[in-house]
Amino acid sequence: MNIKVKDHNLIIGGVILMFLLFIMGVSFFYLPHSVTEINTKLKLSPPNFSYLLGTDNFGRDILSRLMKGSQTAFLVGIISVGIGSSMGVLLGAISGYFGGKIDEFIMRITDAMMAFPGILFALMFISVFGVGIENTMIAIGIMSIPTFARITRSGFLREKELEYIKAARVRGASNFRIIYHHILPNVLSPIIVAATMSFSNAILAEAALSYLGLGVQAPNPSWGRMLSESQMYFMIAPWYTLAPGIMISLTVLSLNMLGDFLREHQKR
Amino acid sequence: MTIEIKNLNIYFNEKTKLQAVNNLSFNVKKGEIMGLVGESGCGKSLTSLAIMRLLRKNASFSGDINFLGENLLNLSAKEMTSLRGREISMIFQEPLTALNPLHRVGKQIAETLKIHTSLSKKERKEKTLELMNEVNLKDLEDTYKKFPHELSGGQRQRIVIAIAIACEPQLIIADEPTTALDVSTQTQIIDLLKKLNNKKDHSLLFISHDLDLVGDLCHRIAIMYAGHIVEIIEKLKDAKHPYTKCLLDAIPSPLHKGKDLYSIPGRVPTLSERKSGCPFAPRCPMAKEKCHEILPELLEKKDGHLVRCLYIYR
Repeated sequence: MNIKVKDHNLIIGGVILMFLLFIMGVSFFYLPHSVTEINTKLKLSPPNFSYLLGTDNFGRDILSRLMKGSQTAFLVGIISVGIGSSMGVLLGAISGYFGGKIDEFIMRITDAMMAFPGILFALMFISVFGVGIENTMIAIGIMSIPTFARITRSGFLREKELEYIKAARVRGASNFRIIYHHILPNVLSPIIVAATMSFSNAILAEAALSYLGLGVQAPNPSWGRMLSESQMYFMIAPWYTLAPGIMISLTVLSLNMLGDFLREHQKR
Repeated sequence: MTIEIKNLNIYFNEKTKLQAVNNLSFNVKKGEIMGLVGESGCGKSLTSLAIMRLLRKNASFSGDINFLGENLLNLSAKEMTSLRGREISMIFQEPLTALNPLHRVGKQIAETLKIHTSLSKKERKEKTLELMNEVNLKDLEDTYKKFPHELSGGQRQRIVIAIAIACEPQLIIADEPTTALDVSTQTQIIDLLKKLNNKKDHSLLFISHDLDLVGDLCHRIAIMYAGHIVEIIEKLKDAKHPYTKCLLDAIPSPLHKGKDLYSIPGRVPTLSERKSGCPFAPRCPMAKEKCHEILPELLEKKDGHLVRCLYIYR
C-alpha cells in the first residue's frame, strides 16, 4: 500500500473518525450532565458555558446526550456489520468455492433480498419481532448480508482457479482449509472496504429507524431519535436539530471517506 | 513398482466424448526418474492431473492407476486428500503462482507437515528448516519468514520442492519445473532434483517438452503425441519412432551450422480433428497408406524399448 501524505480522504476521514471515537471513549467515563435527568426550568436554553450545546425540550443537556448517543451508533454499526459480514462472507465463500446448484440457490436468495428495499425489510422485521435496539441491529445486519455475499463470492470465483489453490490441494489440504486459510485472506481487502461502507449505512439506518420511533427507545439517547424529537422546535431551538444532524453527517462522511481511501488503495 | 498406469483414457464433453488421452500405459519403478515428453496439448499435464485426481469435473476417465497396491481412480475423495502431499506430491511450473502470496514461505512448507503429521509446532519448524537446508537454501531463519515475492525464482522453486518432499512421498510429479527459470538456475534445480532422488529414493515423474533436459535427467523417457504414448526408451539416441527422430532433428546443434533448422511440417491435430490410424501419420515423413488406417500397438522392440509404429517391427 502506497500512502500519499496528501490523501484527503484518509486525512480528513481519519481525523473526523478519531474525533468521534475520542468523544465516544470519553462518554464511557465522563458526561457533563446526566443524560436522562429532566429539568423543565432550563428547557430549550441556547448554548451557554454550562450547557455547551444547549438543552432540549426537557432541559436535558444535548452534548451529553450526543456523547451517549455515539455509543449507540457505534454499537449498532459494529454488531450489524458483524452479523452482515460473518453471514455474508460464509454464504459467499460456500457459493463461490463450491459453485453449481448451491451457488445458484444462495445467489437467487441474495437477489431476492437485494430486490427488497432494506428499510422496508427492517420495518417488517421490527414489527414482527418487536421494537428495540437488538432487533434493529439484527434487521440492519440481515439487510447487509447480500452485499458481503456477492463480494466474497466474486473473490472466491477468481482465486479458486489460481495455481496456488491447486498447489494447496496437491498438498492434501481439505476444502475447509483451502477456503479459510488460503482463499479468504486473499479476498479480504474488498470485504474490508464493504465493511466500512456498510458501517456508515448501518449508522444511517439506525438513525432512520430511531427517527421513526422503532429503534432505540426513550429515554435512551440516539441521534436519530433526537433528530425526530427536535424537529418540532426547529424554529425556536435550531441548535437542538443541528447537533445530532451534524453528528450523523460527520460519522457517515468520515467512514465513507475512509472507505473510498481503502478502495483506491486495495490490492486489486 | 511405484505407480503403474494401465489403459488410461481421458475424455472431455459428455456428448461428443472428445478423447484427450488414449489408452495410456506406463509405469514408474521405485527410485526411478521417468520423463514424459511431448508437445503442448498432447496430454502430459492431463495425465499428471489424473494421477492426482484433480481433473476438472467436465473430464471423465477410465482405466487403472495402481499406486502402492491401490487403484487411485477408485479411491474416495477423502482417501485421495489424505494421499496427496503424503504419498504423492507435485512440483509446479511457475513457483510464484504456486505459492500463496500472503503466507510466509516457511509456514507454507510447515503446512504440509501440519496436515499430514502429528508433529508439534516447534518440531514442524525444525523439520522445515531441515528441509530448506536440504534444498540448498541459505539464511534459513531469515528465508523462513519471507513472503514469496521477496524471493528469487530459483529460491521460490526450491521452496516448492521443499513442500513436495516434506512428507517423503513415494512419487513426485514435476510438471515442467524449470520452464519458468533461466538456464543457469534450471541446471541447479535439475541437479537438486537428481540429488534428492538419489538420497530419498522416491520416484519422479518429470514432465517436460525439453528433450535435452529429459535426456540428461531421466532413467527412462516416454514420448507422447496427440494423447498416445509413441515410444518409451532409455536413451534418446536409440530412438526409433519417426516422431521422436523428428523431435531430435529439430534440436539446434553445432553440426547443422549454416543449414536451416528442421521443423516438423504441419501441426498437432486438435482434439476434434483426431482420426483413426496412427496419430502421427499426417505429419510423418515415413507414412504409408496403411498408417492412416491402422493404429499400431505399443510393442516392445527389445528390453524396455517400446515403440508404436507399423514399420519399425519389420
